[in-house]
Amino acid sequence: MARIIVITSGKGGVGKTTTAAAFSMGLALRGHKTAVIDFDVGLRNLDLIMGCERRVVYDFVNVINGEANLNQALIRDKRCDQLYVLPASQTRDKDALTKEGVGAVIEELSKTFDFVVCDSPAGIEHGAMMAMYYADDAIVVTNPEVSSVRDSDRMLGILSSKSQRAETNAEPIREFLLLTRYSPERVAHGEMLSVEDVQEILSMDLLGVVPESQAVLNASNAGTPVVLDKISPAGQAYGDMVARYLGEDVPHRFLAVEKKGFFSRLLKRG
Amino acid sequence: MVGGIKPAFELKSAGFTLPIIRLLDVDLDAVAAQLAAKVEQAPDFFRNTPVVIDLGGLPETERDVEFPMLVGLLRGHGMLPFGVRGGTEQHHRAAQAMELAVLGESRVPRDKAQGRGAPPPAPRRPAPRTEPEPDHEPLAAAPPPSGSFTLINRPIRSGQRIHALGGDLSIVGAVSSGAELMAEGNIHVYGPLRGRAMAGMNGNVEARIFCQDLQAELVSIAGHYRVSENIPAALRGVAVQIFLDGQALRIEPL
Ligand SMILES: Nc1ncnc2c1ncn2[C@@H]1O[C@H](COP(=O)(O)OP(=O)(O)OP(=O)(O)O)[C@@H](O)[C@H]1O
Ligand SMILES: [Mg+2]
Repeated sequence: MARIIVITSGKGGVGKTTTAAAFSMGLALRGHKTAVIDFDVGLRNLDLIMGCERRVVYDFVNVINGEANLNQALIRDKRCDQLYVLPASQTRDKDALTKEGVGAVIEELSKTFDFVVCDSPAGIEHGAMMAMYYADDAIVVTNPEVSSVRDSDRMLGILSSKSQRAETNAEPIREFLLLTRYSPERVAHGEMLSVEDVQEILSMDLLGVVPESQAVLNASNAGTPVVLDKISPAGQAYGDMVARYLGEDVPHRFLAVEKKGFFSRLLKRG
Repeated sequence: MVGGIKPAFELKSAGFTLPIIRLLDVDLDAVAAQLAAKVEQAPDFFRNTPVVIDLGGLPETERDVEFPMLVGLLRGHGMLPFGVRGGTEQHHRAAQAMELAVLGESRVPRDKAQGRGAPPPAPRRPAPRTEPEPDHEPLAAAPPPSGSFTLINRPIRSGQRIHALGGDLSIVGAVSSGAELMAEGNIHVYGPLRGRAMAGMNGNVEARIFCQDLQAELVSIAGHYRVSENIPAALRGVAVQIFLDGQALRIEPL
């Protein structure tokens, strides 16, 4: 039985897809057979960030409609043979995702995979509801600003009342906070909420803090999940977050303002 | 569906707030005279209004309440007497003979002077429940109700609305901004209260709000409300109780 993990947020553009790509790659690199599903029907971009956009033949909606089987639609990653991508359709709308259809796909994936990662669209509409419905765990991606925190809080309420686990009175979804685009400098200047501020409002387990980093943009332009960039702070932070998810006790890094030394100024790595 | 039978009804429970006629004297002539004067002031208020007759305030006396006359009197003013509460076994038998229901003990304090804001436990109240509201995320799995209060052991998130019918509501956890609590009785929040809390929903002016850390967007007792902007800074972030003092909503540190 696979563990189903939704990457969700409420608010758009906070780093869900970046996280879904990095997290699923991180799990796969550690030897866990992982599938990552793009639920953003109509605005697909997981395939771009994963660098497999030119190999898409069939998509998630084709599988739900019985126009293709799962094996035809799953794209195996070229860098890691434990990782598979199920891309979204760019031409359909989100109503193509039915509860039964999504359930059947997830059930079939559950038979052969260790982890199924669901990249949720923004908002709290149908697509986001479908992405979280079957989840066992939720990674709530949040930026250190008030509106993002508020939307995450709203999403947490939905997770605890509208998911399959909630509806069947099963054990609740495990909820993890991932703070992304964190900038210690801006926190120090009072322009951003601190880790403590966010945790005080959301009171949930902190899975990781990913710093704001140019490396993320470079990685997505190159179609490489940023976790493969082992030098950048963002890549390392995603590596840590995967380890923590798997139960390792890893201290949090990149929370304080770095003292710019001579070499780091010289190298100027983002 | 077995045999394709469509359900024709559902059994549910709900709490209602009803006017109570509290009898202080068995002398129905006196009652009749005073009642007529009251009704004259607000005839519409009594028209077709179900009422409960409270016998708990009667002095101990050998004399019976003449229910047939009393019922006739109330009906004559347009009221719909449907039950009694309090009183003796003998009263109950007489009431039942008039097809009046015998109701359980009250949850509202008997006397304003006694036990202000702390309704006694109510053994036979309708079960409270959290009520789903369209467009909101109700708590799908509210813990089973026990007695006349609702206890929720987790944070209430933005967008969630908890409606505790017929009793107190206790939240052990934070109440986020954008969340809404409603209770007919008191509200207790063991954690920061950042959302809205409305106690005494059905006009119970004795209801109170107790919270450990007041950061609310809005608080209200029986419709008397105050928004965040009008809560003094000194009372924010501290433990308080909120209650009605006449028409004024008071917030006092605990
Ligand atoms: N840690 C980071 N540092 C810098 N930029 C980042 C970081 N994380 C994400 N971004 C950038 O933010 C933008 C949005 O990221 P992403 O597409 O992952 O968000 P999303 O939550 O999936 O958006 P949507 O809600 O539209 O699906 C992208 O341009 C991405 O490169
Ligand atoms: Mg996305």
